[in-house]
Amino acid sequence: MSETPPAPAAPEKTPAERGAGASPAGGAAPKPAGGVDAAPAPPPAASPATPSAPPASPAAPSGSKPAAAPSAPSKPAAGPKTLHGAGGEEEGWTPLHPYPLAPVGAGTTRRGFLSWFTIGWAAFSAASVAGLGALQRFLFPNVTYEPPLSFKAGFPTEYGLGVEEKFKERYGVWIVRESRGFYALSTVCTHLGCTPNWLTAESKFKCPCHGSGFMVTGVNFEGPAPRPLERYKIALAEDGQLLIDKNAKFQKEKGEWDRPGAYLAIPLA
Amino acid sequence: MGRIWEGVRRSQIWKSIFRHGAPLTPRNRTLAVLTNFFLHLHPVKIRRSGLRISYTWCMGGITFFLFLVETITGLLLMFYYRPTAELAYADILAMREHVPLGVMREIHRWGAHAMVISVWLHMYRVFLTGSYKPPREFNWNVGVILLVLTLLLSFTGYLLPWDQLAIWAVTIGSNMARATPFLGHEGPGSTLLSLGGVPLIHAGDDARFGLLASRFVGEASLLRFYVLHCVGLPLVAATLMAIHFWRVRKDGGISGPL
Repeated sequence: MSETPPAPAAPEKTPAERGAGASPAGGAAPKPAGGVDAAPAPPPAASPATPSAPPASPAAPSGSKPAAAPSAPSKPAAGPKTLHGAGGEEEGWTPLHPYPLAPVGAGTTRRGFLSWFTIGWAAFSAASVAGLGALQRFLFPNVTYEPPLSFKAGFPTEYGLGVEEKFKERYGVWIVRESRGFYALSTVCTHLGCTPNWLTAESKFKCPCHGSGFMVTGVNFEGPAPRPLERYKIALAEDGQLLIDKNAKFQKEKGEWDRPGAYLAIPLA
Repeated sequence: MGRIWEGVRRSQIWKSIFRHGAPLTPRNRTLAVLTNFFLHLHPVKIRRSGLRISYTWCMGGITFFLFLVETITGLLLMFYYRPTAELAYADILAMREHVPLGVMREIHRWGAHAMVISVWLHMYRVFLTGSYKPPREFNWNVGVILLVLTLLLSFTGYLLPWDQLAIWAVTIGSNMARATPFLGHEGPGSTLLSLGGVPLIHAGDDARFGLLASRFVGEASLLRFYVLHCVGLPLVAATLMAIHFWRVRKDGGISGPL
């Protein structure tokens, strides 16, 4: 990328300029004042002069011209003249490139200068890609207004034997009280993610979508569900309340129900 | 009558819009198509075989017609529908009971079903006639994207009634996104993306979350689906449809009989 700007300039040079190729670079030194001003100036100013007068380049006012001067005697006024490609051919040489060249003395061709736009386009493209990436991030909010993933569920003494459905609606959790202790079941059916219902009379969880059935332990026994309901971490908070943490889940088929946190052993008094 | 018509044709207004003579000559007929923004998507001339209903089944045209029906009825529905968890379902009922032409939502719904069917049949016809082969292979791909967009329009529209069917159908449908490779938190490879033991892809930032704006189907999902359904997807679909039709012309009209 960084070498593109000089690169296009080289092939555009005519044979004449190639010969003098070293001098524009070296000759760049004497152009401090005029170099900038001369670049735009020559084309209109010099073009009328060049056809008639080969020594046009000496006549050019600024220090930008000397570079072309060495070639001027044999091939008159290569620099400014290039605006008239045909004229150049009449003088006995053929431009390698069909497009006109900017004054050589300036050290910059028009196309060479425009090639700097490559960097501009690259920067623009990179910025666009970055902007699109940032747009994707826009779709992921930093805050959602969902219920927290961990919550306190009251004191163990408040629970009688059976399935507590109080936290199903808001947190998606059933808290089951056994005589030995507590566990927290996810209310997400392991088939396709619907919410089963607890049927007290039949003592099972039954999913209305496709008929999966789970025992009170959460183990699947009928319908398409491929695996038991998941359990969430259950523990006692400092104040003695049940603390459910949905960040940690335990799957029976992975043998995780035996791990600490999957079950809270508090015998029924 | 003829004089009035002639007067209209000669008026400055008419001539500023239609800058060609009456389409009575082949040249003016060609100009009528070429100089019209909408018609220029269509070929100026088509083969006689292209008119045979048994060849095209007219399924592409019917699909486009249904898209227009969906656009117009959908626009009308938007005047009454508010995409919030509190109001959406009530608005759906009100549209049926309290608004003249309460059948509008049904037209929209049946049109959607019909469009899914017709777009599949169109694809089937294109396949059977080999119209996916060069030089039409690019247009086939545009068509595949349009098919997916049609299905996505159907899917996003499914949630908007905000009844039990809608919520659970989209819950189930969006659960597929959990299994997206790498980008779904239950998908293959997602566990590989972690930094120092902390998973980068979890239920709170995976592909499904991006779709639903939530860990489960909630009000944020409703709004997101509404915007996609009413603005995002139709814009993309309309743009691709314009390209699709234009490419039919550029690729040499519809294919001929085998």
